[in-house]
Amino acid sequence: MRAFTALLLVAGLVGIAVAAARVPALGPVVTVALPYAAVAVFLLGLVVRVVRWARAPVPFRITTTCGQQRSLPWLKSQELESPSGTLGVIGRMALEVLCFRSLFRNTRVRVGDGGRVVHGDRRWLWLAALAFHWSLLLVLTRHLRFFVEPVPGLVLLVQHVDGFFQIGVPELFVTTFAITLALAYLAYRRFANPQVRYVSLVADYFPLFLLLTIVGSGILMRHFAKTDVAAIKELAVGLSTFHPRAPSTLSPVFAVHLLLVSVLLAYFPFSKLVHMAGVFLSPTRNLANDNRARRHVNPWDPDVKTHAYEEWEHEFHDKLTAAGIPLQGAPPPPAAGIPLQGAPPPAAGATSQGG
Amino acid sequence: MYDAGKILFGLLVLAGLTTLPVWYNVARGKAGPQPQLTVGTTEKQCVLPTAEMRAGHMALLDEWRTRVVRHGEHATRTSGGREVRMSLTNTCLGCHAQKDQFCDRCHDYAAVKLTCFECHVVPKRSK
Amino acid sequence: MSEAKHTPAELGRIDLRPPRSDRRPALPEFRKGTYCYSALAKNQRYLGLPSRGEWQPHQEQWPLPDNWQRIILDGMADRLKRFRSLAVFMDICVRCGACADKCHFFIGSGDPKNMPVKRAELLRSVYRRYFTTAGRVLGGVAGARDLTPEVIKEWFYYFYQCTECRRCSVFCPYGIDTAEITMIGRELLNLLGLGINWITEPAANCFRTGNHLGLEPHTFRDNIDFAVDELHDITGIKVETPINKKGAEVLFIIPSADIFGTPHYFTFLGYLCLLHEIGLDFTFSAFASEGGNFGLFHSHEMIKRLNAKIYAEARRLGVKFIIGAECGHMWRVLHQYMDTLNGPADFLEVPRSPVTGTVFDHARSTRMIHLAEFAADLIHHGKLKLDPARNDKWVVTYHDSCNTARAMGILEEPRAILRAVCNHFHEMPENTIREQTFCCGSGSGLGTEENLEMRLRGGLPRASAVRYVKERHGVNLLACMCAIDKATLPTLLDFWVGGVEVAGVHELLGNALVMQGEKARTVNLRNEPLVAEEG
Repeated sequence: MRAFTALLLVAGLVGIAVAAARVPALGPVVTVALPYAAVAVFLLGLVVRVVRWARAPVPFRITTTCGQQRSLPWLKSQELESPSGTLGVIGRMALEVLCFRSLFRNTRVRVGDGGRVVHGDRRWLWLAALAFHWSLLLVLTRHLRFFVEPVPGLVLLVQHVDGFFQIGVPELFVTTFAITLALAYLAYRRFANPQVRYVSLVADYFPLFLLLTIVGSGILMRHFAKTDVAAIKELAVGLSTFHPRAPSTLSPVFAVHLLLVSVLLAYFPFSKLVHMAGVFLSPTRNLANDNRARRHVNPWDPDVKTHAYEEWEHEFHDKLTAAGIPLQGAPPPPAAGIPLQGAPPPAAGATSQGG
Repeated sequence: MYDAGKILFGLLVLAGLTTLPVWYNVARGKAGPQPQLTVGTTEKQCVLPTAEMRAGHMALLDEWRTRVVRHGEHATRTSGGREVRMSLTNTCLGCHAQKDQFCDRCHDYAAVKLTCFECHVVPKRSK
Repeated sequence: MSEAKHTPAELGRIDLRPPRSDRRPALPEFRKGTYCYSALAKNQRYLGLPSRGEWQPHQEQWPLPDNWQRIILDGMADRLKRFRSLAVFMDICVRCGACADKCHFFIGSGDPKNMPVKRAELLRSVYRRYFTTAGRVLGGVAGARDLTPEVIKEWFYYFYQCTECRRCSVFCPYGIDTAEITMIGRELLNLLGLGINWITEPAANCFRTGNHLGLEPHTFRDNIDFAVDELHDITGIKVETPINKKGAEVLFIIPSADIFGTPHYFTFLGYLCLLHEIGLDFTFSAFASEGGNFGLFHSHEMIKRLNAKIYAEARRLGVKFIIGAECGHMWRVLHQYMDTLNGPADFLEVPRSPVTGTVFDHARSTRMIHLAEFAADLIHHGKLKLDPARNDKWVVTYHDSCNTARAMGILEEPRAILRAVCNHFHEMPENTIREQTFCCGSGSGLGTEENLEMRLRGGLPRASAVRYVKERHGVNLLACMCAIDKATLPTLLDFWVGGVEVAGVHELLGNALVMQGEKARTVNLRNEPLVAEEG
């Protein structure tokens, strides 16, 4: 049902794009106004989102340690799993962002007869996620050829390497396969894995279907329903030099591609896709495990009533004396605001739990 | 603990990457509309309508190559009913004689590698 | 109680495949054995917390205050501004499901709402509804839902079905930490006065007497004296155990269960052996008589209130530095919260072992070290004479406690000790130790009798790994460094495994430690013959 809602939404967007391509008057809206608005919403929205996160402090250093701490010199510390300093944190974050280190740990658990818990490695999610994200980065880099003139060597290199196999005219890119397969697997997994299916929301299916449609329309344009590439570049360059020239005609496939990309960009800051920025701000990963070496300051340190020794000594004075425990002997302070009304807590020994 | 400096740096990187084409084009100052193509012919009509040729010429050439090399066919009919020989050198280059003023312009602009002339000879400048 | 009817075969039948859809969210059924009783009014009042009078979670009507929605929403708004963790974690989850089968409560119960992602969604759905535009406008389509009394019930059920063990956070690609979500969820419930007694009562005890058990100073003294006598019988040595001694070099902090329950108590004897043998000038404090801190399971404010006494006593007694004994959540507080909440500890000195001269530079700010760090250093420098054969009746495995593993990274120190003090040591499978260790199922204030079924379920993955090494290597002792483990793992292992006992690392150290002037040891610290009786 949720997947269906998402599918309807994407289908609706495709319909709008196809219809818009038939109306010449809408050309400048789809090709100029919408992309500008989308990029503006993307950028501003993401900045607002990050600033909102950033305005909340990190009150405690709550690093999740995934390896040996730095303590004794003869014990080897795992700086990438439990970093003791900035360098380690940078390394840990780089592994996390570039290689999805934590996802690489993924296991799958089965409970067999008599409650026998069996763990198996499960790396498909990691592989598909990594393939998708890296492919997307390379695809975006390749797309720079439309936006800049002259095309920089790096973009040409990426294009060359990506098309290394030289199959077909125009040549097939490796990333075309990788991103399609990865997205297809991720979508399949949302349906096929009962746990993931159970937790999936419309907001999980929607970007998947959106991306699949964007990739599909791109493939269509490159290999099947071909479009005038020079005209598209003219549009893209015009957009990025702020001299936009809407093309005279608009192919429906290109309209779908462009409109869906615009929707994706505009949707980005209001969706789970903000994990792109959020991953850098996750306090369990981006802080060193140096809690006992460097004091972390909490800007809103709670001002709470604590129990002073003198109050304690006053209450237990006779028992302390009887037990021969040395006394401080200071007069008890005036009873400050601790709420000591009501019955005292139950006697010792009512509970036997751990401290 | 806010790490405002690091976050600001991150946001600047984000803004910079998102608007990268803008800055690049400003710096290089060469970005402009698509190039004008020079065709050295009086012929009014290519083998397919211009729009189709612009979008799909590579597919057509690929198809021609297969038909000539693999199947030994040589002649085909254009959409206008004209019979032409499937030959890059003799048919295409007959009109589009100047590679650097025709093929290269778009291919450079769109950063698409032109592989035809890895085998075929580049025609001498006629004028 | 309902536990009588449970058998491992029955509880072990678990299907980890959730239904195809949760469109009709079933209300949690407050079935006996799966939830904790509410906080008693007298304990809430003692701590100055709002009280809802006499009520229990299984009642149909919960005594919510009139403006309860306002309280919750204001509490959320306030915490979104105070905790970047919460603000970020509410937004970035992609529901990839990597965390789903990493939670011991999900594995042991099959209840899909125990998947960490779903636990966080309990809070996230309300966040979307009241704090995001999409949720306000689109409602359910955007994954938002109204804040109803049923939501509060669900929060209560599932936030007290999370032991804040952080295992899921190890697997999350963004490090989303369900412990953080649960801690804040519980804070919100506490704003309404909805707490559980197994947390509030120890907290109230701790605030008043200094320790969770509510041991008053004379009892504290008596229990330690009893241990001294016991140790004298076993070793022939009378050890010194100063309490509130001014000018000692080291303040020694224990979880109070160490002088109250078994098998904690045997570990306590182990500490005494070690501290005596190296002649450390230390003192207990009858006020800082507890390093454990149930505030961690209640609210950040309560952490501070219960933790303040440690630095206060260190300052009053004029010690140079502090050593803390075996405990899990106590060490999460000491390592990640104490310095921030009650520091700086500039009146102390950077810990330096008086025996080996090792400077514990990694604790140069907090100035408190773990006894295992201290002991591992002694062993490494050959300062202890050890006879591991005295532990030969044990085939040992080591259970990392969640907090020391995932909030501290103290993984190798206890292993270094164990390898030195016993001859038979076997690790459990890789996916169940170190940073991937499984909770005992009873942490974070859930280790109560009325919650037994859930504890047994939550402890299943741990127990299953123990059963594995028992069958493979004949393991008959599980060593650990956590007081809650010691309190709850014996019950768990008896139920699921059988024939495996639980001990602290320093109990085994105490067994192996050859002390100067000791009499020939015939029994271990449990007063059992050193060698297993042939049978």
